[in-house]
Amino acid sequence: MIRIVLPTHLRTLARVEGEVQLDVESPVTQRAVLDALEAHYPMLCGTIRDHVTQRRRAFVRFFACEQDLSHAALDAPLPDAVVTGAEPLLIVGAMAGG
Amino acid sequence: MSMVRVLVGTRKGAFILTSDAKRARWEVSGPLFGGWELYHLQGAPADPQRLYASQSSGWFGQQIQRSNDGGQTWAPVGNAFVYDGDPGTHQWYDGTPRPWEFKRIWHLEPSLTDPDTVYAGAEDAALFRSTDGGQTWQELPGLRRVQGHLWQPGAGGMCLHTIVLDPSHPSRIFLAISAAGTFRSDDAGQTWQPINRGLRSEGIPNPTAEVGHCVHRIAMHPSRPHVLFMQKHWDVMRSDDAGESWHEVSGDLPTDFGFPIAIHAHEPDTIYVVPITSDAYHYPPEGKLRVYRSRMGGTEWEALTRGLPQRDCYVNVLRDAMAVDTLDPCGVYFGTTGGQIYGSVDAGDSWTPIVRDLPPVLSVEAQTLP
Repeated sequence: MIRIVLPTHLRTLARVEGEVQLDVESPVTQRAVLDALEAHYPMLCGTIRDHVTQRRRAFVRFFACEQDLSHAALDAPLPDAVVTGAEPLLIVGAMAGG
Repeated sequence: MSMVRVLVGTRKGAFILTSDAKRARWEVSGPLFGGWELYHLQGAPADPQRLYASQSSGWFGQQIQRSNDGGQTWAPVGNAFVYDGDPGTHQWYDGTPRPWEFKRIWHLEPSLTDPDTVYAGAEDAALFRSTDGGQTWQELPGLRRVQGHLWQPGAGGMCLHTIVLDPSHPSRIFLAISAAGTFRSDDAGQTWQPINRGLRSEGIPNPTAEVGHCVHRIAMHPSRPHVLFMQKHWDVMRSDDAGESWHEVSGDLPTDFGFPIAIHAHEPDTIYVVPITSDAYHYPPEGKLRVYRSRMGGTEWEALTRGLPQRDCYVNVLRDAMAVDTLDPCGVYFGTTGGQIYGSVDAGDSWTPIVRDLPPVLSVEAQTLP
C-alpha cells in the first residue's frame, strides 16, 4: 500500500482527509503512483502534472524519505520505504506567492 | 415572489448573495472553493439552477465546477483544455514569438437554449465549447486563424474575457480578447472575422490595425443585438451594425479608461461604466468611486455617487465585475478590488454595500429567479 500526502487544496478537491492510500503494482514509480492517483481521483488530473505533456506543474514538488524526488526520472523506482508503506510520498505545493 | 442571486468570484473563493425582490436584505454564503481564484461564475439561461464556475490556481491549474441546484452542491467536471493541433506562437510583449500555453479560463458563457452547452474563454486566448455539461471541452480553433500569430497579451494576460451570444441569431457569437480586439462568428464559432473598424489605439504600431486593440469588455442588450457597447483600454465605443464599425461615445466622461460596461435590463440605451484614472493608475479619479450612466447610449453621462465613497477610495472594478438583474426597477451590482459588492435597486440612482470585506472581486453576475 502506497501512502500519499496531498497538499491542502488537493485534499479538499478530492474530498479526502489525511493520507491517501493506494495499491500500486510493481514497479512503483512516480508515473505509476500518479496514474493510480488520477484513476482513483479523476478531479486531480491536470493538478499535479500537465494533461498533455505529463510534466510536473512548476509549483509542485515530490519528496520522500527526506529526499527531493522532483527531478527524478518518472519511471525510476521510488525508495523502498515508500514501496513498503513505511514512508509516504509527499506531494507539496511550493511556498510561493502571497 | 422573485428573488435575485448574485454570483461573485474573488481571488480567494466564490460567494453567493441572495435576496428577495426587494433587495433590501441579503444572505451571503461562502467562501466556496476557498483559497482558489474564481475568475467567473455564471448561470445557464435555459436552467438557472445550473451554474458553472471557473476555479484556478497558480499551483494546481484549472478546474471547472458545476452545480445543478443553484449552488447548494458542486462537483468538478472536465478540466482538460487542450488546444487543437499545434497552436504555434503568438507575440510576446516584446514582439518575439511565444508558444501558446493554456493558463486559465476567464469567462464561462452557457448557451441561451441548452444548459449542457457552455463556452469558455481561455488565456492564452482561445474559445472552448462543451456540449456535455462541462465534462469534455473542444477548442474552436478557427478563431486563432484570424492572425493569431500577431496577437499580443495585455497587461493582465492574453485572455479571451468576453463572450456574447446573439439571441436573435443562434449561430452568431461575439467575443473580445486582450489585446487582440473583438471578433464575430456567424457560423457557431467555426470561422471568425475581426470587427475592430473604427477603433483607434495609440501605443500600437498601427493605431487602426485590424487586430491588436486592447478591448476590455463588450455588452449587448438582448432586445437589440446589432447594437454593441465597448469599454476599450481607452475609449467607450458603440457599434450599430453588429460590430462592422465603431464610433466613440466617451463624450463628457472624466476619463474614458475603465474595465466594465453594462446595460440596463429594460432600457437598451441606458449604459453604465466606471471611469478609472488611467492605465498607470488603476483607481478612480480624485479618490471618488463613481459609476457613470448614459441614458442615450453614450456621449452624455451623469455621475452616480449616492452611497458610494467620495473620498479616499482607490479600488478598481474589473471587467467582469458588473451586472444587472431584470427586476423593475433594474438592479445594478458591481464588485471592487477592495472586496466590496455594491448594489443599486433604482437603476444606479443610489447604492448600498451588500458586503464590504470580501477578497478582491474578479466577477459579478446576477440571476433573477422566479
